Amino acid sequence: MSLWSRIANVFRGDRLSRDIEEEFQSHIEEAIQQGRDPAEARRAFGGALRLREESRDVRLIGWLDSLRADAVFGWRQLKKNKVTTAAAILSLALGIGACAGAFRLIDALLVRPLPVAGPDQLYALARQAIGPEGKLETFDGWAYPAFQLMRAAVKDQAELIAISYSDRTDLTYGSDQEFEKAYRQFVSEWMFSSFGLRPALGRLFTESDDVKPGGHPYAVLSYDYWTRRFGKDPEVIGRSFRMDKNLYQIVGVGPEGFTGTEPGTLTDVFIPTMMHPGAVRRDWTWMRTLARVKPGVALEPLAAKLGAISRAFEEDRAKAFTNMPQKELENFLNQKLLLEPAAAGVSDLQGDYRRPLAALAVLVALVLLIACANVANLMTAQAAARAREMALRVSIGAGRRRLVQLVLVESAWLAIFAAALGGVFAWWSAPLVVSMLNPADNPVRLLLPADWRVLGFGLVLTVGVTLLFGLAPALRASAIQPVSALKGGEDPHARRRLMHALVGLQTAFCFMVLFVAGLFVATFERLSHQPTGFSADRVLTLETVTESPQSPDNWEQVAEHLRALPGVERVAVASSTLLGGWSWNNFISVNGAPPNGMLAYLLSVSPSWRETMKIPLIAGRDFRPSDTYPGTAIVNETFAKVYFGAENPVGKPFEMLLDEGRRFPFQVVGLVGDVRYRDVREPILPQAYYPFREVDAKGALEPRSSGIVVVRTSATNPLAMASILRREVARARPGFRVSNIRTQKEINESHTLRERLLARLALFFGLVALLLAGVGLYGVLDYSVVQRRREIGIRMALGAPVGNIARHVTTAALFMVLAGALGGLALGMVAVRYIESLFYQVKPTDPAMLALPSLIILAAALLAAMPGVIRAVRIDPAAVLRAE
Amino acid sequence: MWKAESLQGSLDLLVLKILSRQPRLHGYAIMSAIQSRSGEVLRVEEGSLYPALHRMEEAGWIRSKWITKDNGRRARVYELSAAGKKQLSSEESRWLAVTAAVNRVLRTV
Repeated sequence: MSLWSRIANVFRGDRLSRDIEEEFQSHIEEAIQQGRDPAEARRAFGGALRLREESRDVRLIGWLDSLRADAVFGWRQLKKNKVTTAAAILSLALGIGACAGAFRLIDALLVRPLPVAGPDQLYALARQAIGPEGKLETFDGWAYPAFQLMRAAVKDQAELIAISYSDRTDLTYGSDQEFEKAYRQFVSEWMFSSFGLRPALGRLFTESDDVKPGGHPYAVLSYDYWTRRFGKDPEVIGRSFRMDKNLYQIVGVGPEGFTGTEPGTLTDVFIPTMMHPGAVRRDWTWMRTLARVKPGVALEPLAAKLGAISRAFEEDRAKAFTNMPQKELENFLNQKLLLEPAAAGVSDLQGDYRRPLAALAVLVALVLLIACANVANLMTAQAAARAREMALRVSIGAGRRRLVQLVLVESAWLAIFAAALGGVFAWWSAPLVVSMLNPADNPVRLLLPADWRVLGFGLVLTVGVTLLFGLAPALRASAIQPVSALKGGEDPHARRRLMHALVGLQTAFCFMVLFVAGLFVATFERLSHQPTGFSADRVLTLETVTESPQSPDNWEQVAEHLRALPGVERVAVASSTLLGGWSWNNFISVNGAPPNGMLAYLLSVSPSWRETMKIPLIAGRDFRPSDTYPGTAIVNETFAKVYFGAENPVGKPFEMLLDEGRRFPFQVVGLVGDVRYRDVREPILPQAYYPFREVDAKGALEPRSSGIVVVRTSATNPLAMASILRREVARARPGFRVSNIRTQKEINESHTLRERLLARLALFFGLVALLLAGVGLYGVLDYSVVQRRREIGIRMALGAPVGNIARHVTTAALFMVLAGALGGLALGMVAVRYIESLFYQVKPTDPAMLALPSLIILAAALLAAMPGVIRAVRIDPAAVLRAE
Repeated sequence: MWKAESLQGSLDLLVLKILSRQPRLHGYAIMSAIQSRSGEVLRVEEGSLYPALHRMEEAGWIRSKWITKDNGRRARVYELSAAGKKQLSSEESRWLAVTAAVNRVLRTV
């Protein structure tokens, strides 16, 4: 027989005992048959019970058997108190589930190494400098020629890999009518080999795929895309698709699991860097640089060397920046090059959510701790009720270890059920949170595998939680003094002290969670009620592209065609959307003076744009169809203030300063209200609008291949018109195509998604924390009333008034609540320093921000204390004293 | 009468040897066999026999199964396993080595 049979025997212990018993019986019978005296034969066996236990112990694993017995006993105990058990499991499940969900997100976004060879050797290049707004900014883009210089300079110490920012683009496998969206990344040919990746099908890029600009129209599909789009069709190799102006041939499929280097985006197609139109441009930063640093190479000198090359490149380029103010030029050149570990990849999403996720993780951990404190109190109260049972066990020879085990096994039951339920919660909640990270039309795509990392975390969490809430009651139970317990006179205050301390702790954590939740909610409220200066109601933005560049007249013709449609109120054309993520800026010179260091932000619009966006005209006039760029401009109030002081700017001239010393003259024809241009958090920017109608130096119209057609509809749900508008744009003029449609409202809201997510989650966990802490306080008070019935009865019999009794019962607990709240306040003030950057127009020291959680907690505490007090004052002294 | 277990490690050896000659014996039969074969010199007590049997079964030297006796009652009988045969030969040689050594000591003194 093996270990396995010994384990199996643990679970059929009854049969085992019966077998042994039967064997002994048959032995005795045999002896009697052989003529031995029955009494003597039985006596020869000695202590049959001892013998049976001895034989039993041989056949099974002793500790496992006792564990089984405890598990069965614990299970019965839990079933006896169904309501409290369910409450304990639910609250723990919520805590464990939230923690596991947070872990899944943090792991997937920030920690999990890329599925490549030696991820620890990967570093991302970034540069830090003082930006145009005068603040220290970090940027990780470079122009490709600069990358080439850096790569050549450090090739003995590190291999540099160029990888473009992943973008969502249009491609078609068939006709122009069948364009579809895909995420693409331009990557260095050697990326795949450097990452140690092998193709799942076909081939990956090779040496000759990335040499000549525009000369390598090949694509590698990601395994995920190949599965989703083609159902793993092996015939896909050799097929081609059209993207931008090129026809790309699919040469291979990447390995399973590799989805690019940007957590939050799953790249669909990989294209050689040389196919990027910016591959030869010195002024276009469109790619990140990853470095695979060779073993033993020091990072500091490497960063310094790269920094020197980068600076030389930018200095050479800056010779053309003759119009840039000296100070800005210095700031621009004084960049510090950083090498940041990139084992988990690099993405903007990481930067945006590192702190918010950490804050959320702390919040859910606090909720879990509150739940643990609750369950610990519950176990302590139950242990009190079972003190006699424990004392009896000790008296008949149970070891302390066995008692600890008994109570811990019971706790483990709770934790296991809670973990299972919490696992379901995490499985459901993590993808839900991911779906709230980005706007619906550009969702974050994050792989959330449930592998050994997640399971391991769940296991550690479960064991940790068991010890956290089970160990103290277990030790207390095992330290029982049989004599005093059986007499019924164990010190009841010791137990209550522990419970009160836990109530204090719960309150402190609860205060912290509510405090932070309040700050997040206020931040979201203020940001989402931030006036934008324009009306987003019923506005659709149609990102429109053309096959070949089209003259502004043709664009206007498309707008005119849409204007005739029923349900359309106004139509205009612009170079980009407000708050759409794009910005363009230049320095301005007034009266030939040198620029004052403030950048002006620019947008080109058609004449009807201001009316379509409902931006108020303060002075002057709108654009006319004959106005052109350069020439006329409309400016906002901030622009007027910054460049013209208090004067009315209408009619005044200014110059826009471009590279290589070019200066474009403008005359202000109108003054309009301030609007949010790029972001809702920053101060209003000085802004100038100029006509969409652009002419070149010779006076010919400049054709455009992309623009935004802005449509204000009369329908309450503008998206209902999306498909009609898409069709009509294509019909209006051949060659025009709508690539993407978004409502302006959705664009505006995309700026507060993070705040909305934080506010919602923090509020949810705040409420959960409050509920748990309330239930905890209720339980403790109720328990102490039950325990002190005798004492309260005597006090009442002696004539204590009701108020006295109520005060007597609640004083200690409410004092702990107060102390806890103060502790939570102190903790909260320290903690929010780390997440101050997430707040907007909200100060943690704001009295309202402090008063709100205090009042809520006080109200909840009073409410939770009520049932206990009522119970206390309803005690009938006669009944209590007679029962004794 | 000697108690078989008073000679260190001899109980296992005796049980294994008996089972190698006569397979499928129940506990009482093993006990009687040891007694009769030793010429009524060695006697095994029930209190030692059954734990030893169960231990050896656990170790895989012997196998047990339930049979129905002529009188309709069930009895557990034991037989030697392959591992038990190996164990028997090593126990046997160990026993011979030990007794030879003891004899040598007795002769020389």
